[in-house]
Amino acid sequence: MTTTTPARHRVPGLSKVPGIPGRVLPVVATFVLFVLLFGVGSVRYEGFTSGQVFANLFIDNAFLIVLAVGMTFVILTGGIDLSVGAVVALSTMLAAATLRAGIPAPLVILLVLAVGTGLGVLMGLVIHHFEIQPFIVTLAGMFLARGLCFVIGVESISIKDPFFRALATGTIELPGGVVITWSVVIALVIVAAAVWVLHRTRFGRTVYAIGGSESSATLMGLPVARVKVAAYAISGLCAAVAGLLFSVYMLSGYGLHAVGMELDAIASVVIGGTLLSGGVGFVLGSLLGVLVLGVIQTLISFQGTLSSWWTKIAIGTLLLLFIVMQRLFTRRAS
Amino acid sequence: MSAATATFAQRMRGSRLLWPVVALVALLLANAARNPGFLSVRLQDGHLYGSLVDILKNGAPTLLIALGMTLVIATRGIDLSVGAVAAIAGAVACTTIVGSSDPTSPAAAVTGIGVALALCLVLGLWNGFLVSLLGIQPIIATLVLMTAGRGIAMLVTDGQIITVRNDFFREIGAGFLLFPISILIALAALVAVALVTRRTALGLLIESVGINPEASRLAGLRSRTIIWTVYVFAAVCAGVAGLMISSNVSAADANNAGLWIEMDAILAVVIGGSSLAGGRYSLSGTLVGALIIQTLTTTVYSMGIAPEVTLVFKALVVIAVCLLQAPKMRARFARRRPAGHPATQPSADADSLAAQQDPADHDAAEPDGVADRPVADAVDAPDTKQKVTQS
Repeated sequence: MTTTTPARHRVPGLSKVPGIPGRVLPVVATFVLFVLLFGVGSVRYEGFTSGQVFANLFIDNAFLIVLAVGMTFVILTGGIDLSVGAVVALSTMLAAATLRAGIPAPLVILLVLAVGTGLGVLMGLVIHHFEIQPFIVTLAGMFLARGLCFVIGVESISIKDPFFRALATGTIELPGGVVITWSVVIALVIVAAAVWVLHRTRFGRTVYAIGGSESSATLMGLPVARVKVAAYAISGLCAAVAGLLFSVYMLSGYGLHAVGMELDAIASVVIGGTLLSGGVGFVLGSLLGVLVLGVIQTLISFQGTLSSWWTKIAIGTLLLLFIVMQRLFTRRAS
Repeated sequence: MSAATATFAQRMRGSRLLWPVVALVALLLANAARNPGFLSVRLQDGHLYGSLVDILKNGAPTLLIALGMTLVIATRGIDLSVGAVAAIAGAVACTTIVGSSDPTSPAAAVTGIGVALALCLVLGLWNGFLVSLLGIQPIIATLVLMTAGRGIAMLVTDGQIITVRNDFFREIGAGFLLFPISILIALAALVAVALVTRRTALGLLIESVGINPEASRLAGLRSRTIIWTVYVFAAVCAGVAGLMISSNVSAADANNAGLWIEMDAILAVVIGGSSLAGGRYSLSGTLVGALIIQTLTTTVYSMGIAPEVTLVFKALVVIAVCLLQAPKMRARFARRRPAGHPATQPSADADSLAAQQDPADHDAAEPDGVADRPVADAVDAPDTKQKVTQS
């Protein structure tokens, strides 16, 4: 992972901390933040320092982890995908409606994945070939996906399929009595796959290259069009997977599921140290970003007296902190 | 410029606003065909009643926010936080009114409105600070407030829906002075902006900042101040819109007030022909765009389709408009036109620059002079930009 990444990822302003390469410093900072927050929880609340609380971070945020992985690909190419939250909702709705219609679960899963990926490919094609800003294209995609949810149905549809139910209730017991769900396993497998793709394949290096400088990548003869469209396809696919995990988590499909989840995903990626201008960042950072958001939520629920809207304020503040930090570092670098 | 260019410019002036207006008229006619009473407006108790009046009344907040958004987009920015700011304004105004000694008095309403707008000013300063001084991408900088803003609004209202009984406050969103007061406020703001930006050089400066902030700064413009100002203006517009929304229902709902209104506003601006890449804006286009959005929503309501499905139509409209606006599509169209077309001439850039620097080019009859520019400007703007950036 460290050897294959070319030198252009280095953020020179950061390399002054001894012993830590500059480009992983933001990830390290996020990790320290996570440990600190978890530490604060452990000191303040009884029962916080249990393996299960830690495992719950993964269980309750499995879909967000998958979403953040897809978003990382897009942001690494220098783009953004605002449609993911809506695609999650569409996936839950599509799954719930087709399952209610009696279509077998494997077919449903394939259909949902195909629709999510298809939407991603469409948006990628429009973004690349018509040179329209990713932000506005994926905004249209967000409208479209949300609207399609309501075309399927305005009411919430519950999922009664035995396979989905089994997935929802089935648990895996780890040593130490810690219980996790299958969603966690799926999410972690996807993280591992993404790490492998980004750091061990030609495709992954092209993603970084496009984010570094698209015109340079084109001049180097890299398949910019293909990889850029593929990044949005991956984001769509991840959103579909996240949608499936979310429908397992909620056991229902609803057009108003996952409102604003795209912002959580973007926030996780940014907090995880990925530069919004593209070309710099790690999937593992995004995973840490999700965990930081998760631990904030857990802290607020342990506190009990704080209302849920503090979560939004805390996430906004953290987002701001990391963006300003990024800005200062990149400014110093240039 | 040759006479041929001038006639072509005239044709384009027609077509730039022509299609949005055609779409609006078509929507209205479709409604009238379905429901013969749709176009009728009647006068009762000194109020105008009718579907058209409803469209104006409900479209006022969108129009107002779109107005602020137009200027922000003209500087190549975007403000995602307007919905959250609207929610905060409503929440602050309602809590202030409820908390005052006499919640029904006009004085309480004025205090509430004043406090809300002052807070919006601060929020706008904040957005402008992040974008202009720290140089953070506008999408991301305003995303912070979009995420945290609803939380702040919830904090202000304590998660409750706060209802107020104040006749003065109610006038802003639900009152009538023959026409709905809300649309009068929005139109007054529109006219004021049109006068200030199109009768002075300010509009030109805003556009030049949108085309290239760095070059504008080197040319002696205060790019930062201009950028900062437009964000403050957008936030204040959003604040007034938020007051209208909460005044219309006499309540502040931190969760749902102004939800997705930023998207509607951006959509209205884009439909109106302003370029998302900055540097070109049309206020009359924004007006038509906002009316189209509201008519579309009303149409979907009256057709008995679930209101949420409006999103699908909106998505299709955004995609269509963006494809039409895309430089590549325009270039393709331009290539099909006969040779000698300004866009294909090398001097086109100089032409468009000259047009921009000539204030007399702005038509006095129209509040905005954007449509008056030769088509070369529209087609070549991205190229011009690239050249300037690269050099």
